[in-house]
Amino acid sequence: MADFTMPALGADMETGTVVEWKVRPGDHVRSGDVIAVVETHKGAIDVECFLDGTIDDLVPLGQELPVDAVLASVRGPESAAAPAAPAPTTSVPPAALPSHLPVAEAPTAPMHPPTSHRRKVSPAARHHTQALGIDPDTLSGTGVEGAVTLADVARSAHAAPTAAPAGPSITPANTPTRPRGGFDPDQMRRAIAAAMGRSKREIPHYYLRSTISFAAAQSWLSAWNRTREPAERLLPAVLLLKAAAKALAQFPQFNGLYVDGQFQPAPPVHLGWAIALRGGGLVAPAIHHAQNLPLPALMDALRDLVQRARAGGLRSSELSDPTVTVTSLGDRGADEVLGVIYPPQVAILGFGRIVERPWVVQGQVLPQAVVSVSLAADHRVSDGHLGGQLLAAIDSALQSPDTL
Amino acid sequence: MADTTPTLRMSYREACRQALRDALMADPRAFVMGEDVGKYGGCYAVTKGLLEEFGPQRILDTPLAENGFTGIGIGAAVAGLRPIVEIMTCNFSLLALDQIMNNAATLAHMSGGQFAVPLVIRMATGGGRQLAAQHSHSLEGWYAHIPGLKVLAPATVEDARHMLAAALADPNPVLIFEHVVLYNTEGELDPAVQAVDLTQAKVRRAGSDVSLVTYGNSLPKCLAAADALAAEQISAEVIDLRVLRPLDMATVIASVVRTHRVVIVDEGWKSGSISAEIAARLAEDALYELDAPIRRVCSREVPIPYAAQLEEAALPSVAEIVATARALVRPQ
Repeated sequence: MADFTMPALGADMETGTVVEWKVRPGDHVRSGDVIAVVETHKGAIDVECFLDGTIDDLVPLGQELPVDAVLASVRGPESAAAPAAPAPTTSVPPAALPSHLPVAEAPTAPMHPPTSHRRKVSPAARHHTQALGIDPDTLSGTGVEGAVTLADVARSAHAAPTAAPAGPSITPANTPTRPRGGFDPDQMRRAIAAAMGRSKREIPHYYLRSTISFAAAQSWLSAWNRTREPAERLLPAVLLLKAAAKALAQFPQFNGLYVDGQFQPAPPVHLGWAIALRGGGLVAPAIHHAQNLPLPALMDALRDLVQRARAGGLRSSELSDPTVTVTSLGDRGADEVLGVIYPPQVAILGFGRIVERPWVVQGQVLPQAVVSVSLAADHRVSDGHLGGQLLAAIDSALQSPDTL
Repeated sequence: MADTTPTLRMSYREACRQALRDALMADPRAFVMGEDVGKYGGCYAVTKGLLEEFGPQRILDTPLAENGFTGIGIGAAVAGLRPIVEIMTCNFSLLALDQIMNNAATLAHMSGGQFAVPLVIRMATGGGRQLAAQHSHSLEGWYAHIPGLKVLAPATVEDARHMLAAALADPNPVLIFEHVVLYNTEGELDPAVQAVDLTQAKVRRAGSDVSLVTYGNSLPKCLAAADALAAEQISAEVIDLRVLRPLDMATVIASVVRTHRVVIVDEGWKSGSISAEIAARLAEDALYELDAPIRRVCSREVPIPYAAQLEEAALPSVAEIVATARALVRPQ
């Protein structure tokens, strides 16, 4: 028997409210299943369970509960070692079974593919949304495993006959959004204030900044995008993110959590990506294992995350797993940004917008695309010398974009 | 008038017997051969009385030698006769697999069309009668893998009554799988129907929410499941495949186009099975019609147990079909 508890979706979360159970008492749950929707200051979050077994004792909906409060109990997997053939009802102790009997394999339980951030949309529904010009990611799903179904599409087409067409932009302007249950901008502002206040009180920040030539990356990017459909094109942010993730993988002192007076490095780079929300506030959900994702996959992850951050449907693991944060202000932002570390992380990288500046190339001043990268890091864990090497590694990665 | 026809309602076993009798009367080249088909009357009593009626020239008891007498059947067919070979259960047909696969299925191709093999092999298949693991398996899916064969799975009295004649009319080898549990079931025969095709799957019950695709003894289970689902306002369409090779995917896909959800019910095991083949073809050819994952209800991946409760638990059940279909239509 194990307890399923209220997750901490970041250090700034103290309480949450279960607003929907996606399971019923007695249901079988598997690690990674989304089983509840919890309302927090970041809106309604799909909460995953990392236990296997039978769930019971669900708390009633609507109660505000502190982090770590027990929300349900999970009884362990029913005798995982028993053969899949139904056991005789007479009480033969398991030890009495001859050990040479092969355990029958029973591929009866649906296999779940490894955790994917791809939204579940039935093939028929996806086909139908394309015909109607509806973005299926904006629909709430009522099908198997929460998939968007034909009925969901029909409801939406009925409700919003002029849905905006899906576009490749990661900042869709008029995409209809699923109502963000319980999202309260004032509450989010208070949570940001608490987390950033704690950061500035507790973390001795130091700051470094470099300007990096983006010319090689830009020409590589133009060549890549020239031959591709709009939906497959990459944004400059993807190269910046990948360069950052690769560099962070080389310098573990910037990737991890500072907990109970000690730094705990985190081998995978779960890159928190700061996303501004319309209506104010921001979240920084994780792109898991960002250092291993090929660029097109990273682009997909980015697009998916931005849409879900704004439309609802972020998962609890995306909010609790980031090991470091990257912020990029994009082409409408400022030239540079100096970040505030999100505790208990120990570093934040900031990219300014990409701008044309005079740049000296082999003794000549030429106009060149450049980008500012900054590091704010925790002096309890690392020093400026190492921070400089991290920025240099990002620079060097961006000079060889074909190896990203 | 219907009540002037004396044998409208009959058992599946009786339908099989009448089909054999008709075939023997219609064509002097036809004969029946197999283990215990003569004096004993067939181990499922399908050939009872035929020896007395047609004599030992037409009803031949063979030794327990499946590869041998199946080979004799192939030779007889090539030489111009119309043999109907009975193999006691499909489990034993593995002994004849070499003849079935390497000779019956290939000769027409290897001889450049010079030799046809108009052979019919009937076998009993399936579990549910406590005959244990060497007499209870459903191997028709294996045979459906083999090009050159036609594989039939009569699930109704009508198909049991009329598929044999169509099989004998086919110039190539045809395998008929008769489910052991079906022999004792009864059904109505429409006297207006005097022949059936060997090409089409049939919609046995129309529905709009989910397609139950099945054959053989899983058909009555699916029909019972559809009744139970109807009580929950879920409308299930039941497709009887009838012919496992060649598969009539057009009928299956037409059903999925109506319902967008599918449960395949097959008494064979899941791995590498006819249910897997149907699922694959739906994924290949009807993906964009699917509004939910394809689901399958099959036998547990164990040798079919002898003990009654274990056997029942190992085979597809009505409750499991209902639960699987319901979970597709009403996920929450």
